[in-house]
Amino acid sequence: MNPLFIKELQAIVGEPYTLSDRESLAVYGYDATPELENRPGAVLLPGTADEIVRIMQLCHGAGVSVTPRGSGTNLSGGSISDSSGVVVQTSRLNRIIEVDEENLTATVEPGVITSALHRAVEARGLFYPPDPGSMNISTMGGNVAENSGGLRGLKYGVTANYVMGLETVLADGSLLRSGGKVVKDVAGYCLNPLLVSSEGTLGFFTGIIVKLIPKPQVKTTMLVHFSKMRQAALTVSAIIAAKIIPATLEFLDKVTIKCIEDYAHVGLPLDVDAVLLIEVDGHPVVVAEEAAGVETICRKHGCSFFQTAKDADEALKLAAARRIALSALARLKPTTILEDATVPRSCIATMLEVIQDAAKKHNVTIGTFGHAGDGNLHPTCLTDERDKDEISRAHKAFDEIFDAAISMGGTITGEHGVGLAKKKYLPRLVGESGIRVMRGIKHAFDPKGILNPGKIF
Amino acid sequence: MDYVKLINCMRCGMCLPTCPTYKETFLETASPRGRVALVRKIQEGELDQSERLLEYLSLCLDCQACATACPCGVNAGELVAEFTCERKAGNRMGFMEEMVLRKLLPHPDRLETAMIPMRLYQRMGLQKLVRTLGVLKMFPKPIGRMEGLLPDLPEKPLRRVIKEDMPARGETRGTVGFFLGCVMSLIFSDASHASINLLTALGYRVITPKNQVCCGAPNMLAGDKAGLKTAARKNVDIFSNLDVDFIVTDCGGCGAELKKYGHYLEDASSISFSNKVRDISQVLAMHADALKLLLKPLLLKVTFHDACHIAHSQGIRREPRDLIKLVPGLTYRELENADACCGSGGTYNIEKPEMADLILHRKLGTIRATGADVVVTGNPGCMLQLKKGLMDYLPQVEILHLTELLARSMDA
Ligand SMILES: Cc1cc2nc3c(=O)[nH]c(=O)nc-3n(C[C@H](O)[C@H](O)[C@H](O)COP(=O)(O)OP(=O)(O)OC[C@H]3O[C@@H](n4cnc5c(N)ncnc54)[C@H](O)[C@@H]3O)c2cc1C
Ligand code: SF4
Ligand code: SF4
Repeated sequence: MNPLFIKELQAIVGEPYTLSDRESLAVYGYDATPELENRPGAVLLPGTADEIVRIMQLCHGAGVSVTPRGSGTNLSGGSISDSSGVVVQTSRLNRIIEVDEENLTATVEPGVITSALHRAVEARGLFYPPDPGSMNISTMGGNVAENSGGLRGLKYGVTANYVMGLETVLADGSLLRSGGKVVKDVAGYCLNPLLVSSEGTLGFFTGIIVKLIPKPQVKTTMLVHFSKMRQAALTVSAIIAAKIIPATLEFLDKVTIKCIEDYAHVGLPLDVDAVLLIEVDGHPVVVAEEAAGVETICRKHGCSFFQTAKDADEALKLAAARRIALSALARLKPTTILEDATVPRSCIATMLEVIQDAAKKHNVTIGTFGHAGDGNLHPTCLTDERDKDEISRAHKAFDEIFDAAISMGGTITGEHGVGLAKKKYLPRLVGESGIRVMRGIKHAFDPKGILNPGKIF
Repeated sequence: MDYVKLINCMRCGMCLPTCPTYKETFLETASPRGRVALVRKIQEGELDQSERLLEYLSLCLDCQACATACPCGVNAGELVAEFTCERKAGNRMGFMEEMVLRKLLPHPDRLETAMIPMRLYQRMGLQKLVRTLGVLKMFPKPIGRMEGLLPDLPEKPLRRVIKEDMPARGETRGTVGFFLGCVMSLIFSDASHASINLLTALGYRVITPKNQVCCGAPNMLAGDKAGLKTAARKNVDIFSNLDVDFIVTDCGGCGAELKKYGHYLEDASSISFSNKVRDISQVLAMHADALKLLLKPLLLKVTFHDACHIAHSQGIRREPRDLIKLVPGLTYRELENADACCGSGGTYNIEKPEMADLILHRKLGTIRATGADVVVTGNPGCMLQLKKGLMDYLPQVEILHLTELLARSMDA
């Protein structure tokens, strides 16, 4: 990158926070997405929102692209810049500005870590439900930009359901305020939902107001084994059909169970074909009733084992298998491709079969776990990036899985975003008109195309 | 270096929030994920071993918090250490390194008679003091220099005064070999004294061979694998000749190193040696009921700092806490982020004082928040670092080794 331009960037954020050495650029070329990497032209770590405004003004004038970055944990290549662009990392903007107990809102800077917000609000008996698996490191800016989900999505929804207000720096450096602390707002187009899940392509979030809810009083955790995968899948549908909405309804398949048992010996029998982890929470009376309902349904569907945690410690033990699922799988092979095809919940059983067939047909190992209650599964392919043939078979298997998801009325990504990784699948899902409308929106926000270019479409 | 260990990193970032240097800088180059990537890119020829790159890597404390957090079993700290070790192995040793590693550490007598041996060891770090790194420009100059790191030394190192064979008191439960860490023996001999006392009081005969040598951890740091292996061989041979149930140490750093001998030497005797190694807390916790009967009240508020080499390297967390809670009258306060590094990291606090100070201050802040009178830990490096920090900023708080606290309660 032009040294004079770097000097101008330095003048905004300060020399120590302007990185342009080879080594730094090399490690800002990746995020958590396998197989994708590209070195940016420079990396900035601004300390204030005003610095972000000035960075945008400068880059807009010079026609240099800007890619926002939180902690670089997204799984779609969303924070990978083009070679001449600037990556702007938000980690230093990490203040929780306010927890407003009267309006039940929290106002945060974009670099606040998700679990830090959890701790801050839970200390006051409040609750911010979205809890992505990466919550100990993912930033709120990243969560909003990807509309991240989590284990509690079934009952409580995803990030979008909690974003009330945004302060966004637009491509030319102007400020856009949308929403706020009001619960109702119909003044003009509803911009928040557009900005949520915009993957850094429409604007740079510098302030986020989220909705809080009272913390559920109690929670009951249950672990259920099934000797047939289909039984587990049908149980998921039956629970929801019975009008019980668990906070968590997570699924583990046989490959995952075997990996977990090999790695951690948590006592899962190997003749088990599927495991469900179910949590119901809320008012004690309702929780007891729902837990009983869940048990009846599981037994009716022929579960081979059913356990309810007696206390918080036991709940943690029961949840252990689900918590370490990814670790157990990831350890098996060097490269882990984690996908998030999502289908209507009623199609879970069929989707699981599609995944198994695709793995068998293309001779790859795929372990599946995930948010069964949301219809959001994580088929996880265990492979080795050095084995080009296997990698190409893995992609073929995923091609089939995504096609099947689309044909069932599902989607190619439930929570990880399109970014670079799923670009080629998007037209299949939204069609030519969908792409045209999205391009139009992009143009309205960012006519010069300098914000995170090349992503989504 | 094993390339697979590098590509096992899936770049998920789960290690980032646990890394002390990432927490201070938010820089990818100062994160475990970034360090693995840097080493990998050198192996792949994408980057060369520039001064700057080596400086980035040298900011790692090898505290292994990242290894605990990593879902894929990647140990960034160890990979960086291994890389540094392999790289240094090609270089000639500096005068001071040669002096300490070859002439002093393998010969405990000389080590003890050398003027003030720890000062030498410190100077070995000072020699490497580099402060040109861009990263550190973010921070103010070191708040308090670490010169005063060295506390008063005991009159005589423990190795000189300890009886080689201490009989069990009361009914004999078994025999243990005691491994004397250099720093424990030279500086914290009271603690090791306490360790041996507790063991004999619980019915163990304790054999402390006087010809044992330094565990070899400093050699590893300096890239001296040959020196490390020589030390390992010598210690394995000495302890293999004894018929002991366990080989016990009260130095977390030594314990972590001794447990790796089997892996370094790959023969039956060293594997069996490593399998017998226990941190003192592990052995004491086995006899919690008996120990409880020996303890008298201490009206203290106590908190516990997990040493990296005990919590992250050896996975020991529960035992020391259970032991502290045995002391009647004592109030236990859990420390926030108890297993976050204190910034000691071998000679790190001397080589990278700015970063070490930042990390130390974060630790001191959490200690202050507990309101404790005493901080307990299990590793001499942490004791040195915390002692210095507490002296300057929280002088009312005392630092004790776990066995010092227990012995104090026993003798109360
Ligand atoms: C182990 C693991 C588990 C995961 N589990 C889940 C899960 O359960 N659910 C889930 O939904 N996701 C999950 N993810 C994916 C990922 O953690 C989320 O997408 C997360 O929101 C990314 O946050 P980040 O701070 O790392 O953002 P980054 O990866 O840095 O950025 C993500 C995107 O957001 C944009 N962006 C970041 N900050 C801003 C800002 N201030 N303004 C505008 N745009 C911005 C970037 O340009 C990029 O496009 C997981 C990832 C891993 C590695
Ligand atoms: S070292 Fe482990 S935890 Fe850190 S990024 Fe790599 S795989 Fe993830
Ligand atoms: S060993 Fe410690 S300092 Fe080094 S990368 Fe790991 S967590 Fe960070």
